[in-house]
Amino acid sequence: MAGNTPLLTVNDLSVVFPSPKGDVCAVNNLGFSMGREKIGIVGESGSGKSVTGRAVLGLLPPYARVTASDITFKGRNLLTCSEKQMRQIRGRQISMVMQDPKYSLNPVRTVGNQISEAYTIHHKAGKKQARQKTLDMLKAVRIRNPAQVYGLYPHEVSGGMGQRIMIAMMLIPEPSLLIADEPTSALDVTVQLQVLAILDDLVQERGMGLIFISHDLALVSSFCDRVIIMYGGQIMEVVDAVNLHKSNHPYTKGLLGCLPKIDGNPDHLPTLVRDEAWLKPPPKCFGRGTAL
Amino acid sequence: MTKQALKQPVRILVMLSTTFLGLLLITFLIGRVVPIDPVLAVVGDKALPQVYEKARIAMGLDLPLWKQFFIYISNVLTGDFGTSVLTANPVIDDILRVFPATFELAITATVIGVLAGIPLGIFSAVKRDSFLDHVTRVIGLFGYSLPIFWLGLMGLMFFYARLDLLPGPGRVDVFYEGIVTPVTGFLTLDSMIAGEWEIFRNAVYHLILPASLLGYYSMAYLSRMTRSFMIEQLGQEYILTARVKGVKEWKVIWGHALGNCAIPLITVIALGFGTLLEGSVLTETVFAWPGLGLYLTNSLLNADMNAVLGCTIVVGAIFLGVNLFSDFLYKIMDPRAR
Repeated sequence: MAGNTPLLTVNDLSVVFPSPKGDVCAVNNLGFSMGREKIGIVGESGSGKSVTGRAVLGLLPPYARVTASDITFKGRNLLTCSEKQMRQIRGRQISMVMQDPKYSLNPVRTVGNQISEAYTIHHKAGKKQARQKTLDMLKAVRIRNPAQVYGLYPHEVSGGMGQRIMIAMMLIPEPSLLIADEPTSALDVTVQLQVLAILDDLVQERGMGLIFISHDLALVSSFCDRVIIMYGGQIMEVVDAVNLHKSNHPYTKGLLGCLPKIDGNPDHLPTLVRDEAWLKPPPKCFGRGTAL
Repeated sequence: MTKQALKQPVRILVMLSTTFLGLLLITFLIGRVVPIDPVLAVVGDKALPQVYEKARIAMGLDLPLWKQFFIYISNVLTGDFGTSVLTANPVIDDILRVFPATFELAITATVIGVLAGIPLGIFSAVKRDSFLDHVTRVIGLFGYSLPIFWLGLMGLMFFYARLDLLPGPGRVDVFYEGIVTPVTGFLTLDSMIAGEWEIFRNAVYHLILPASLLGYYSMAYLSRMTRSFMIEQLGQEYILTARVKGVKEWKVIWGHALGNCAIPLITVIALGFGTLLEGSVLTETVFAWPGLGLYLTNSLLNADMNAVLGCTIVVGAIFLGVNLFSDFLYKIMDPRAR
């Protein structure tokens, strides 16, 4: 673990979505602690990865029941924060990049307007200063003609550029923790690495913590320091990324086994082994959650 | 100006004129197939056959149909809709006289509907399924389902007959009629221009009841539409983005979601406005409001075909204009449509 004082500590986090068919427990007694490091959360769809990220930000829909014994960020208990205090933490301290810029950018506002809004919410700045800051940030995510891109609308930029704009928007208030919720899943393979490299550089440069949510094991193991493997809303294991391939947990092994190998020629396609016995009995829960 | 830039207006112009021509063709054909003899309407049913025949030729009804249509088009395009049998005025003069009354009512009603309906719809969507949301929806449902003539009569009974708070039917009290010379045709504006504050006050009082009733109806519809547009937009991911950034909730709603709701709302408001301009026949009848709806009703009841067809063309043209205008606004509001 990098750093001695943890940046974020989560203990006994549970998220339950009530539904007519019975409550769905999306996250069950989850706990982890991280410093200013890159931590990956991996799991199948519906394993509770995204919900965990959103629970930390306090941005789950109001009907979700969120309980935890502890969510501490920089020594501050997020559970007791008022909505107003949470708003000062969101963006400024903890930010989130989502999957598809096609949906996560407001279609009727210019890119520049949306980025500078993120800055002016948390910093006292005039229009000119915010604009300059935005142009600098666009340059930082390697957009070559920031002045031109500033005035574009989201539908006028490509997916890769959209995601870089999203990263710029989320990093401009200089947060200390970034949650990246499958930031490259909606992108072309060719631009995936490009976007990741930008993300990596900026996180490194600013000494931020990063929670990288993904279902791409290879990507996570090469990109992150530690990996959390989730299944059914619970943590199966936490391993150092370099030791991921040595993991003994049957689920991790299963996930790794499902990756296609270029030289392998298996007689049958491997299927993922799932065992309900791995799960601690959830309190009053039925089934598993679905991805948000 | 490049060729590209010219293409768009030309395309719109072609589309508009084609639609308008189609409208003229339909009204022309309706005028020929309805079982009303325009000649009889002029000469009366006791006229001698020679007189009848003479009138028929004078009206050009012996010509082949395509020739008649051609004459009809050129007449309409020069603003000649024929003469009203009922009023003996040129139809176009009648329409120009009555239309401002409808326009005044429609604008007031739309303003009321927009100012009340949109905030109510937003409020309903944000506080979804709360008690107040249900109350708002019930109020809206009432407005949407109660017949407007009944509400009009009830309104007159309470506020005019019982409480005597508001004046009765008409645009203005009888003894104020015809004092102000029409400039805009809007009685409220004209009386203001003339400095006749007494008449202005009276005209506003007369406007209150019919305009609020139509406004209530339009509010009911708008609040329902706004609510559903808003709920849809609030579920979008860019709203989550805004919240992640730390945007205040009221700014998320008014600054981010409403901008996206506004796009479909424009069409709804414009079409509602168009419907009101067509003359709210029932409301105008109940309130004896001398507008297009009342004129159209009287013409219909008296088989005054020239007037009816003239009104039909005007209403059609209004709809074309309103649609054009809403497309134009659409392009301003939605960068994707530019």
